[in-house]
Formats: sequence, C-alpha cells, structure tokens
Amino acid sequence: MATNGEILLEVRDLRKYYPVTKGFIFQRQVGAVKAVDDLSFFIRKGETLGLVGESGCGKTTTGRVILRLQEPTAGQALFEGRDIFKLGKEELRRLRRDMQIIFQDPYSSLNPRMTVGDIIGEPLEIHRLARGKEKVRRVQELLEVVGLSPYHANRYPHEFSGGQRQRIGIARALAVNPKLIIADEPVSALDVSIQAQVLNLLEELQKEFGLTYLFIAHDLSVVKHISDRIAVMYLGKIVELAETEELFSNPQHPYTEALLSAVPIPNPELRRERIILPGDVPSPINPPSGCRFHTRCLYVQPSCKVDEPPFADVGGGHFLACPVQPFKHQRSKAAVLPKQPAKR
Amino acid sequence: MADPLLSVRNLKTYFYTDEGVVRAVDGLTYDLHRGETLGIVGESGSGKSVHALSVMRLIPTPPGKIVDGQILFEGRDLLKLSDEQMRRIRGNRIAMVFQEPMTSLNPVLTIGEQIAEAIILHQHLDKRAAWTRAAEMLERVKIPLARQRVKDYPHQFSGGMRQRVMIAMALSCNPSVLIADEPTTALDVTIQAQIIELMRELQRDFGTSIIMITHNLGVVAEMCDNVVVMYAGRPIETTTIKRIFQEPKHPYTWGLLHSVPKLYERRERLIPIEGQPPSLIDLPPGCAFAPRCPFAMEICVQADPPDYPVGPSHTAKCYLYSDKATEKEKKAAEAAGLAASSRSGS
Repeated sequence: MATNGEILLEVRDLRKYYPVTKGFIFQRQVGAVKAVDDLSFFIRKGETLGLVGESGCGKTTTGRVILRLQEPTAGQALFEGRDIFKLGKEELRRLRRDMQIIFQDPYSSLNPRMTVGDIIGEPLEIHRLARGKEKVRRVQELLEVVGLSPYHANRYPHEFSGGQRQRIGIARALAVNPKLIIADEPVSALDVSIQAQVLNLLEELQKEFGLTYLFIAHDLSVVKHISDRIAVMYLGKIVELAETEELFSNPQHPYTEALLSAVPIPNPELRRERIILPGDVPSPINPPSGCRFHTRCLYVQPSCKVDEPPFADVGGGHFLACPVQPFKHQRSKAAVLPKQPAKR
Repeated sequence: MADPLLSVRNLKTYFYTDEGVVRAVDGLTYDLHRGETLGIVGESGSGKSVHALSVMRLIPTPPGKIVDGQILFEGRDLLKLSDEQMRRIRGNRIAMVFQEPMTSLNPVLTIGEQIAEAIILHQHLDKRAAWTRAAEMLERVKIPLARQRVKDYPHQFSGGMRQRVMIAMALSCNPSVLIADEPTTALDVTIQAQIIELMRELQRDFGTSIIMITHNLGVVAEMCDNVVVMYAGRPIETTTIKRIFQEPKHPYTWGLLHSVPKLYERRERLIPIEGQPPSLIDLPPGCAFAPRCPFAMEICVQADPPDYPVGPSHTAKCYLYSDKATEKEKKAAEAAGLAASSRSGS
C-alpha cells in the first residue's frame, strides 16, 4: 500500500482505567480495571495497522478512546499533530468528520426504525455536507460504492443480510470522506464466504480513497491478510508491533509466538509445533506484577515477575516488550520448551 | 469396513412456519465409524446444528418435524424409539457439547450437581459415588483443584473452563458418540487450542466417536478424519480430510477454501463467493448453490443434482461430474482451478 511515511495518528502513553467501586450510596473506589495501560503506537497515512488480541485485552477500548467515544484516563492521541484529547466539543465534532468507525455487530449498529437512506444520510446532515437532492444523490453514490444498489435507500435494515448490513455500516462511515477508519471486528460476525467480500471491499476502498485503517480483530488470518503492520495486545498492553511479514516470520514475544501457533490451519498436511499456553488470561483488575504475561510464559525468568518490560524498538521498526529478548538463540538451545509435545 | 456406529440416512427435518416450510435439513446421509471424528462443515443456516438436534431427538415439535429418513445407532433406528427408550440413549450413549458454554449450564446449580445428575440418572450410582465420579471427570478435563471446584457455580468459571465442564459432563457416562456443536467458536484462540488438544486426548483414551460441527476449516483440518460439507440443508460433498483440502470437487467447497485468508501463504486478493446464501423457504428447484456458482449450467437450475462419485470415498452433489456437463464446461471449471474431471484421482 502506498504510504509516504507521514504519520496520521500517534498515540502516546494511552491509559483507560475503569473504576471498581464498592458501596451503594457512598461509593468508594476500591480498584481499577486497567483496560488499556500505557499504549504507544502510530499509524502512517494510507496504511492499515492491525490490532490483535484475545477478548478483554483492551483492543476495542483503544479504538473507542481514540475516537473519544470514551474519555481517556491519561495519554495523548495526536491526529495530524493535534491532540484529540484536548479538543473542545465543537472542534471534536469537526474532527469526527476525519475519523469514523465501523462496528462489529451489523445487527445492532443500525437503527431499525430508519431507512438505509436516512442512516447513510445522517452524517451528511450533521456535518452539513449535503442536503435535499444533493444528499439523495450522495447516498445513492455511496450505496453503489459499497456494492449495493441505489434503490436500497428506501429499505429498512431488517431487509438485509449480515454482509449487506456491514456494507451499509461502511457506507455510513464513508459518507463524510474520513481520513481514518477504525474498523472494530468488521467481519467477525459474518459467514466465511461473506467475510471475503467485505475484506475485498475494504481493500478496494482504501486504494480508491486513500484511507487509513486501524483494523481491530481477534482473527489472525484476517488481520494478516489486511494489515501492513500488526500490534499484538495482551491484557491492556501492546507486547509486540512489527511489519506483518516480519511479525509472522520472526515473532519475538512468547505470547505472539504462542498465539500464532494456536491458530488452526486449514491444511491437514501441515504439521507444526504447537505451543499450548497454560491457564487463562488473568483479570485486568489485579494484573500480574512485572510482565503481565509472566504467569503463562514458557520462558519466564525471575526478573519478569518484578520488572515491567519496556516497549522498545529492537531494530527496523520491530517493537517489543520482552526483556528476555533476544530469546531466539536461547530457544533453540533450551530443550525446556514445549512441555506439551506437539501432537500433530 | 465394519458396520458404522451411527448411520444417518436421507434425514429431512422441516420447520413449519407461518411464512412457509423451512427445509433446514434436506436429505442428509453419512456414516460415523467407531473412533472416527467426522466433521460437518457449513455456514450459518446450512442445517448443521438442526441435524445434531435431530440425532438427539431434541427438535421442538411443532414447529419442527423430522419428516423422513433414518438415524441408525448400533443398528436401531432412533426415530422409531419411544421417548423412554430415547431418554436412555440421550446423554448416556450419545452426548452433546453445545456452542455457548455461558448459556448451556444452569446458573443456580453447582457444577457437581449438574454432572452428577446425568451420572445418577444413567449409571444408577448413589449420590456420593456420583459426586466422586463428577470430581474425577473434572480432573480428566484438567480443571485445577477439581475436588474443590465441584462445589462451585458456573459463573465462577471462565469460558474455557466452562467448556471443559461441558465436555466432562458429556463424557461422564462414557458415550459412544459425542456430538460437539461448534465447541470452540465462542473461545479465544489460545483457549481453543487447549480444548482441541483436550478433545483429541480424551478421544484417544475413551475411544469416543466424535461428530464435530463447525464452520472453521482450520478446526476441521486439525481434528477430523472425514468431512461432510453442507449447504442450504443439503450435503454437497463427502470425503476424507485430505481430499477435501487437496481436491475439493464441489464449487462451493472450492469457493469456501479460496475465500478464507491463509496464515502461512502469501497475501493475494481473496476470491469471495459472490451473492448470499439462499432462504430455506421456497428453495427454487435445482441445485441450491446454482445462483452463486461460477460454473452453473442450464441443468443446474432445473433439477437438484444427485451425489456423483468423484474419487475414492468421495462424492459431490454437482452436475459437473455427470455426463450432463459438456467437455467444454468441464474444461472451463478446470481452467479456473477446480479439478472438474471425475476421472482424476479415481
């Protein structure tokens, strides 16, 4: 994808904590859910940054906080140099024209009592971009852009299938000619044969309109397909961030490595070494000390339980939060590795 | 080959709704052998879950009804059994694991009570022995501190742990057949990997035959020996795991394999299957896939194709493999990458 290296969005030390309270009338805070904790990354113009992680790792919260659908606890998010978190109400509304979101669930993200034309036309009116006949024309144009027909404008969401509804959601996001689209699990509610249609559409639109995507998903194959770079999240933190090819051929963080090996591959001939992580993801209310992954890590060192690893560039834009790095050569030496033998 | 353990013959389950008759399962046939894992693959609405409920005789009637077919389990037709006889098989000889571990456990009963219930009912053990067995089962599915955790309630378990509990419950009476309906779909990948590993291990130890219902081709490749691909309630291709990935014969299977992004292959444009799955009410005559099929011929919209043999233990419900397709039409499909000649591989 054509990127000229210019940075569109830069997020610095982003935190989002949700208070945990006790008591009914006199509520006091007894703790915090650290949904997003100290996140830093940037997105270049025209690129797709994939954000992967398992449920509860904070990837959706990240997207919502950047759009200020939820207020951050701390941190900065610079969009074309301006801090999104410092904008006033009116400035923020103007900025929202540049940043749009596509939601995961195409069934609950469209108002069932509005026609498709009204749904797609609403942002045009709010941002005073088009009215009357001009609006109708623009809505029809958008419907065609996403592969639907102009006459669909008079129909209601329930008349459409999941894939078509997701197209409507995409048309609504495109209506204001945004620069950045945050796509929050845009295909995970869709059937496999429909997923490919929507993924192709997103790629075509990116080429046509020079869009930048923050693509949030849990499905690694999908993220790999669409992203230029990928950030892997675990329990509110990015543990590794690298170019897609680099991340897949040279995963450095033990969590990334396990995650990649856990994906079932649709090829019965392929025999891989599988790393099966023990246990579940710990609660983000009282996350483990030091490195948050140390409770499940196969390479854990005593220091991992104490020191929080810094998130730093280990060369060529490959960011990593693991002090045991470079553990690559260690791995080849250490026969301690898979306790569970690879079965297939 | 020995007699199949479970043999489904021309199963038809319809739902009679105000809008019309929904042909959820329309002529499903397959054999499940001892120790085998059979994958039933399809997208939502393909009838794979309704088929499972039919085998368990859990179809709500009305509106649903099994209108035709046989389900032979160890030679007996389950559809001819009385409710009482069926109760002795359901949960005992044939058990099921459901997709949603969050909603398929009773929130007001402890895990132990729920597992013991089935054991007391089917194995006629007293309460104490049943509880001991429940704890043992939890140990088998690797729940830490199993002996204490039998007294816990479902909400005290994570999603992956609940699915382990479901598996423990299903295996508690040592069934011959385990029907797993999307057992890992609601779980994260690392937890999914744990559950797949666990199911494989338990199958080895207990010798259970598994029917694995899923839409995830990766899970199928990892777990199954043989596969039935379903589309719009009909089985459209049946074969071994190796052949389905190497030599898919039905255009739908072929399309499905091309439309998923691959983790370890170079990125290219995905080839989606155009259009939408059909409504199961008033399916047009002819092949249900014809409107979306890039190789559809005239005959395809006129009559529903029968199963054609396309290789060793490999059938496809597609006219491309009959003498109804001209050489030209077969060539066109082959040129697109579909191994359309019925001779290849046979």
